[in-house]
Amino acid sequence: MDLSLTEAERDLVELCRDFAQKEIAPRAPLAWEEARCPTDLLREMGELGLLGMLIPEEWGGIGMTTVGFVAAMEQIGRADQSVAAAWQAHVTIGSLPLYLFGTDDQRERWLRPLAEGRALGAFGLTEPDAGSDARGIRTRAERTDGGWLINGRKTFISNAGTDMSFGVTLLARTGGDGDGGPPRYGSFVVEKGTPGFTMGPKMRGIGWRGLDTRELWFDDVWVPDDHLVGDPEMGLGQFLRTLEMGRISIAALSLSLTQAVLDLATAYAKDRVQFGQPISQFQAVQFKLADIATELEAARWLTYRAAWLRDTGQPFQKEAAMAKLKASRVAAWAASEAVQVHGGVGYMLDSPVARFYCDSKVLEIGEGTNEIQHLVIARALGC
Amino acid sequence: MNVVVCVKQIPDPADPGALDPTTKTLKRDGKLILDESDSYGVEMALQLVTAAGGGEVTLVSMAPNGEVSGLRTALAMGAAKAILVSDDALAGSDALGTAKVLAKAIERVEGADLILTATESSDGYTGTVPEQVAGLLDLPSVTFAKHIEVDGSTVKVQRQTEAGYDDVECPLPAVVSVTAGVVEPRYPSFKGIMAAKSKPVDTLTVADLGLDASQVGWAGAGQEIVSIEEAPAREAGEVIEDDGTAFEKIVAYLDNLKVL
Repeated sequence: MDLSLTEAERDLVELCRDFAQKEIAPRAPLAWEEARCPTDLLREMGELGLLGMLIPEEWGGIGMTTVGFVAAMEQIGRADQSVAAAWQAHVTIGSLPLYLFGTDDQRERWLRPLAEGRALGAFGLTEPDAGSDARGIRTRAERTDGGWLINGRKTFISNAGTDMSFGVTLLARTGGDGDGGPPRYGSFVVEKGTPGFTMGPKMRGIGWRGLDTRELWFDDVWVPDDHLVGDPEMGLGQFLRTLEMGRISIAALSLSLTQAVLDLATAYAKDRVQFGQPISQFQAVQFKLADIATELEAARWLTYRAAWLRDTGQPFQKEAAMAKLKASRVAAWAASEAVQVHGGVGYMLDSPVARFYCDSKVLEIGEGTNEIQHLVIARALGC
Repeated sequence: MNVVVCVKQIPDPADPGALDPTTKTLKRDGKLILDESDSYGVEMALQLVTAAGGGEVTLVSMAPNGEVSGLRTALAMGAAKAILVSDDALAGSDALGTAKVLAKAIERVEGADLILTATESSDGYTGTVPEQVAGLLDLPSVTFAKHIEVDGSTVKVQRQTEAGYDDVECPLPAVVSVTAGVVEPRYPSFKGIMAAKSKPVDTLTVADLGLDASQVGWAGAGQEIVSIEEAPAREAGEVIEDDGTAFEKIVAYLDNLKVL
């Protein structure tokens, strides 16, 4: 198995490193501080082609491999997790359903602007009463003359409320309530400004403060037939397929956080003098750093292997769940250890390591909680 | 509107450079990158071509070992093609020797309306090549441009001065040097980087340009580097312990520097 990067992937990594260090790293912390989504940075990433990462050139993207995307994420996420989170949500769940299941007309209308970086994509699944239990969503789409009438509520939806957002693709129940059949689901595009579509204020998280996350309400929102994406009854299965890629993406985001906190803790340990010598000379600190580096490497190769499986057309559902589980655990643990190395300085929100610490917890929750990853893996074992 | 930009590929300033004690010149045997001071000229040229609604940007460069890494960066930004002069005979060229080569290379670009350069390179800093190129091509020379506008066959330049800027006009074609930092060079996009790999780079020798090897390199250099020395190490600063009167000493120090 050869996991070395191709020339195009290396070029992409270099481009992302350069942009991340020169533009994202200096500008994103202020957005985090002000709890504002830095769409200026996302627009610039769009101009570089980064918002069309996994979409073929035919539809305005750059047709990058999954491995290349993971490697690019390692650079973007080291600079800022909120920007990286918004970016990956756009690239995976925000764009892929339209590409995988949309008609050519829908791709032209909604996917191309996303891939070319002119708009930001969002997907709405989670509801106040349905998170891990995705089948339990209550938002309904009812068939009407020439269209669908949508009613319901979504929560924790990223990227739908920025000045760059086009709207949202959402999952809604299309049948199964009292009609005797099994529950059925469809995906629908609801554009910004559609009557009845409103949203709450930007929600406040422990971390990812630069990410725009909101509650969305749909009150008698009518959309025409051509807003249905894919099959009117198989929407849940469609979305779960997209989510498999999302798991690799969150694993990659976790890797980038772990690398960032390892770099910060190592640099600080070499610089901080206590008892007459840099604290990096004490084994208590050295062993923490060595442990983080080792766990990071283990998580990294799980993630790259899942990505490689996807690129080579092999099943990758179990490996993606394992990568997400392992990498996010490592990230949350490593962030805590890195703060510990920093001591009081690391506890203060002005320190970069504190920002990464705040950003780390959600990695164990988003894109399927780690408990759900366990379920996916256990099922693959035949349980 | 066709613009030629003279660009230099230099050792990465992020890696400390080294001088060759024998030749007393900068070692250039590793990978070279686009001189940042040239990226402003490239950006300016791309903007001028866009504003004119047509035309293209051609790069002209001189480098050892057929090095193209820096040129590919400028091609990825949007330049259409490049001419690279690479020849063992060029080693040791002084500013005038470089200007002779660049001038000959520029003459090969058909329909060049404007030639842009940086004001000086970030490794050699002679700051004389642009004017020498203009002299050799018998073209008007405008230096330190902070803004450039083309109006028909005239170029209007805001020429930066210590006090502000002068408005200067001259007929085209002309050689204009662009001050570093006056525009924001674009990042090459991923598609730009991919496209740059197949853009034409015409690699020429001194003989291809119709120059004699005796006019360039060590043979043609009118300058000689007599000796090189280590830069003096920075001296330690003064530490003032505050005994309640530190502010007086700081005021006196600043006063002495005449910054108050």
